[in-house]
Amino acid sequence: MTTAPSGDNSLLKDTISMRKIGWLERFLGPENYRITVGLLKTPASILGLVLIIFFVLIAIFAPLIIPPVDGADPYTIPRDGFISDPQPVGSAWKKNVPPVPFWYKAVTGKDAWVHVMGTSEGQYDIFYGVVWGTRTAFYTGLMVTIATLLMGVIYGAVSAYYGGWLDNVMMRIVDILLILPGILAALILAAVLTPKIGKSLIPTMTALIAFGWMSYSRIIRGDILSVKERDYIMAARVIGVKDSRILFRHILPNAIFPTLVLASLAIGDVVLSFAALSFLGIGTQVGYADWGQVLSFARNWITSLNTYWYIVVFPGITLILFVMGWNLLGDALRDVLDPRMRGRS
Amino acid sequence: MSQEPANELIQVKNLVKYFPVREGLLQRVRDYVRAVDNVSFVVREGETLGMVGESGCGKTTIGRTMLRLIEPTSGSVIIDGKDVLKLAGSEMKAMRRNMQIIFQDPYASLDPRMPIGESVMEGLNIHRIGTPKERYEIMLDTLKKVGLENYHARRYPHEFSGGQRQRIGIARALALRPKFIVCDEPVSALDVSIQSQVLNILKDLQQEFGLTYLFIAHNLSVVEHISNRVAVMYLGKMVELTNRNDLFANPLHPYTRALMSAIPIPDPTLKRERTILKGDVPSPLKPPSGCRFHPRCPIAADICGQQEPEFREAAPDHWVACWKA
Repeated sequence: MTTAPSGDNSLLKDTISMRKIGWLERFLGPENYRITVGLLKTPASILGLVLIIFFVLIAIFAPLIIPPVDGADPYTIPRDGFISDPQPVGSAWKKNVPPVPFWYKAVTGKDAWVHVMGTSEGQYDIFYGVVWGTRTAFYTGLMVTIATLLMGVIYGAVSAYYGGWLDNVMMRIVDILLILPGILAALILAAVLTPKIGKSLIPTMTALIAFGWMSYSRIIRGDILSVKERDYIMAARVIGVKDSRILFRHILPNAIFPTLVLASLAIGDVVLSFAALSFLGIGTQVGYADWGQVLSFARNWITSLNTYWYIVVFPGITLILFVMGWNLLGDALRDVLDPRMRGRS
Repeated sequence: MSQEPANELIQVKNLVKYFPVREGLLQRVRDYVRAVDNVSFVVREGETLGMVGESGCGKTTIGRTMLRLIEPTSGSVIIDGKDVLKLAGSEMKAMRRNMQIIFQDPYASLDPRMPIGESVMEGLNIHRIGTPKERYEIMLDTLKKVGLENYHARRYPHEFSGGQRQRIGIARALALRPKFIVCDEPVSALDVSIQSQVLNILKDLQQEFGLTYLFIAHNLSVVEHISNRVAVMYLGKMVELTNRNDLFANPLHPYTRALMSAIPIPDPTLKRERTILKGDVPSPLKPPSGCRFHPRCPIAADICGQQEPEFREAAPDHWVACWKA
């Protein structure tokens, strides 16, 4: 019979500590468990995770935190009159007042809404914009990232898998698109699309998708090229596995992680670009609950920010924390998924 | 050792593989690397055919071409009366059940994101052998045959040592119960202590399942240990092919002799005649005229540089390509 290594393994127990496997590891499997634990290891990754969870909660519970004014579109920031000058933090809310939520009296001790973060130019309530803008940020960030990721991965996978002249042509197209300065190209496309589609999130998102997928296709192509020549792909071919299954079961799972990490880092960037375009007045109609929009109300008051600091500070800090959360999480994810980091820290 | 009369399981006829060398903006074919140049041989049922030669002599290319991992330039590989190189679609898929491969590097040959049980079972799933439960049983049974336990099945490759991984690679090749396995340097990446373990597993499995091996290696001691017959390759050509005992006792080709004299013998007092080859293996881009070995051959004559020697049967079942043998 076969000669398996044999011997008295009980002796090993003294030298090698047998690791206990908990229920979580059993449930998630070794690989996912390692990733989950890895994300909770460094202070930076924990901070990133906490920030993202914090924003997720705000987005989910927005109607409880500050309910929309009866009969109004929840994504339109309510206006308290039409005076141009911003009103300070804590000033009374007179017109278009949202219903008072259950927590409000307990926390603030007041019976009626005040402008918690003040109002900006045109009496838009900043607190409302920040809270409901979180939903817009998640929606745009995730949708644009998922769409660009899918486009990039499919494009890159086709290019790498078929190779030859097709690969050459497809990659030169990517090169050409990458020459264009991204935000400027997106700005022009969004500006062209807006009159055709109408003011909404769609033109800006379309523009960001159209100029955002190229880096994914490059990364995934390189990784597929390196994976597809490995022995285990050969082994699968010898077994008789068909091409599509090899691509989706063997090549992509082994090639996609660097691209996923890139995507997780990009969510913050997308939100930032979106806010930048919004700040420039591209995309949504005036008063839409979105951070770039709220910041853009501060444009005319830049010279007197020492008086009206709150119109920049609150939405600005929110945006920074959101982007920072994704970046920290993305960094942690990269460290965990990079095989060279295995066993360290 | 040799079981007579043995059936011919595989006939390889005039196998040629040229790799194009491309150059420039338009990727014009500038030249060809003549990796395998007109090689013919047979593999007999139940035997182990060893194949030795230096790096770059084409032995791995032959193995991979036989499995169609590399498409050959011309030639034929006939198994069970069918030319593997002409099969397509479902016929080719059915043929794949009969032939498998074991790779050199155990660290690169297993999918890192697949539990090893699934890797071993994949072939059974693809070819729809039995019910899912039966496949699972076959998988566990195959793992047992290579000395692994049931609980190993759900672990990932990085949790195993090199020797264990190589045994998993063997299990994957074995799961479909093939007739023929190409062993592409299966032990050269392993520790010496593990080498013998893996070799013995291969031998045991051969007896149990009546497997036929093409055993590619560059270590002559390993080849001597496991082979029934041995083929010697030099620069894309087969230069000698005979049974193991003949080859080691009476090598006819000067290149084989040089190889033999390079086997270390663990006896410091022993003095023996060494044939030391001068120079390097020439580039397969521009192989020498005539006999490819003639620029380095200690006994080369004029004819060697002018005409290519035929691969002929110099003694019963002893094939050699040399003018002087």
